[in-house]
Order: sequence, then structure tokens, then C-alpha cells
Amino acid sequence: MDTVFNNSVPIYLQIVSEIKKQIISGKLVPGERIPSVRELALTHKVNPNTMQKALIELEENGLIKTERTNGKFVTEDVKIINKIKNDYADNLTQNYLSEMISLGITKQEIKERIK
Amino acid sequence: MELLEIKNLYKNYGEKQVLKNINLTVPRGKIIGLLGKNGTGKTTLIKLINGLLTPTEGKIIFKGEKIGPQSKLNIAYLPERTYLDKSMTIKETLYFFKEFYANFDIDKAKDLLKKLDLDENQKIVKMSKGMQEKVQLVLVMSRKAELYILDEPLGGVDPATRDYILDTILTNFNEGASIIISTHLISDIERILDEVIFIDKGEIKLTSDADELRNKENASIDEIFRRMFKC
Repeated sequence: MDTVFNNSVPIYLQIVSEIKKQIISGKLVPGERIPSVRELALTHKVNPNTMQKALIELEENGLIKTERTNGKFVTEDVKIINKIKNDYADNLTQNYLSEMISLGITKQEIKERIK
Repeated sequence: MELLEIKNLYKNYGEKQVLKNINLTVPRGKIIGLLGKNGTGKTTLIKLINGLLTPTEGKIIFKGEKIGPQSKLNIAYLPERTYLDKSMTIKETLYFFKEFYANFDIDKAKDLLKKLDLDENQKIVKMSKGMQEKVQLVLVMSRKAELYILDEPLGGVDPATRDYILDTILTNFNEGASIIISTHLISDIERILDEVIFIDKGEIKLTSDADELRNKENASIDEIFRRMFKC
């Protein structure tokens, strides 16, 4: 995968959200083994240090875990995945609503549009 | 011990002061961007680290020792201008490098060159400028060095060549080694940098972790650089 990065945002954060999306959408399934830092760095065409930083962040979020000597895996804790999915969806909804409201569109009109 | 330490470094060309009080540490395992406009002292600094110029004042320490044969063996340098003998073929150049540098991995170089679909019996003079730059980078990256210094590796190459060059740098970035890349084409390269050094008028104006700087300024390294050094 050749990720297109926005240079104004820390690269590691963009990788974090990319991998988050893959886990939420089920492209990476619970318990699946994640490629090594070096492999991931190559596929995303970033520095291995940047990839390492992104994986540490994901691990702190509980989305991936390290098994000693075996490598890194997607968490099997579906609750965590669902929570992050909900947060992500809430965030998108919130952004959508505030954009629409700033355009002067009423909540009633929004409801009709979404139908 | 840091890989490279520069302390209170000054360089004058006659009356003209080109580098002023440079202090710098390069740790292991980092890709560092040395960023500055043309004529700000980047190449002078690089030549000093490679022992091609001598400091007017100050110290350069590589792995605890002064610049000399040991540092030259362990620093692989890609100069801005080609130094290859253009009448030689690629094959002759490979064996020349093998004889010259004890740590030149000829198999790795052949492997990397294969991807370029090049005939080893071709003379360098017959190759395009972009192709010559790629061959030169392959030669430098095929040395098992501890520090790689690349002076303007993207000067005048097309976007496809640029991608090949960035890939080659990333795939050959060994753990424990560091890479210093000097350039004024920041947007092309900033994605792979760990740290940035801004140099202007012979002085270091800023050193920072790349992502921290983006976070702090809410902008790309390229934008931050342009703001700081508007002409």
C-alpha cells in the first residue's frame, strides 16, 4: 500500500489512524499477526523509527499487543475495537453536523437528507 | 558514545566566514535532514565531516576519534557532483569500489542495479543523468558503513527517479547506522526524516524531531522552513 501523507500532520499519527481504520473495518481481524516494523515501514515508505512510534501508540491504545518473541498482533478484545469504532463514528458524525449547521441547514433538513 | 559530535566548529575561506559556531550531535539509527538554501554552508559542513576540508577552529569527533582513515572507512559519502570515471563500465566501477573499500558489498550493489535493468557492460558516459545518479547512490548505499552522508541526492531528478532513490535509502537503512541527507528540496524528502537541522548563513538555526516540529507549528517542515527563511 502506498500511503499518501499530508506533510502538515505528524506522519506517525497518520499511520496510527490508517491502521486503526483497518482494524475497525475488519481488514485486519482480531488476533491477526501484524508484519514487522521493517516490513510495515517499507510498505508505507516511511522511516522504521516513525513506524515504531506509531505501533507504540497503537499498543498504548490497546489495539495491538506484543507477544514476546512472536511479534505483534491485533487485540482479540472486541470491546476495545468497538469502543474505538464508536468514538471514530461519533467524531465523524459530530464533524458532519457542525459543518451542516454552519451552513445554516436545520436538523430537520439534515434528517431528511440522511434518509 | 554518539556516532558523530561537532563542537564549536568554524570554517573560513580566506576572509569569508562560511560556518560559524556549529554544534551538533548525530545519534545512531536516525535519518537526519540537513536543510538550507543554496550557499548556506551545507556542503562545506559535509566536506569537513568527510575530512576533505580542515576546520578553521573546533572539533569533529566520529565514534570518539578525530576524522581520519577510520572515520573515512565508516562514513559513506555521496557528493553533489559525480566523481566516477565516466569511461569505465558499470562492471569496472563495481570492482574498483570493491578494491577501494573493504566494506563494499558487491553482491548487494549488483542486486540493486538489477532492479534498474542496466547492462553491466555499459559505459557510464552513455547513461542519462538520472541513471548516473541512481548508480552512484547504489554504490554508496552498498557500503556497510555506520554513517551515510548524501549531499543533494535528489538534485535534478524526475519524480519516478526520486521515488527509486527514497526507496533505496529506506531499504538500505541498517539498524544502528544513521543517514544525513542535505537538500533544499524539502517537501520531496521530509516524509522519511526523523530529525531536521535548519542551517542558514553558516549557522544552525534549529534542530528538532520532525514530527514534534509539525505538531508544534501545525505545518509541514517545508512550510516552516519557507516561513523562517523568506527571501
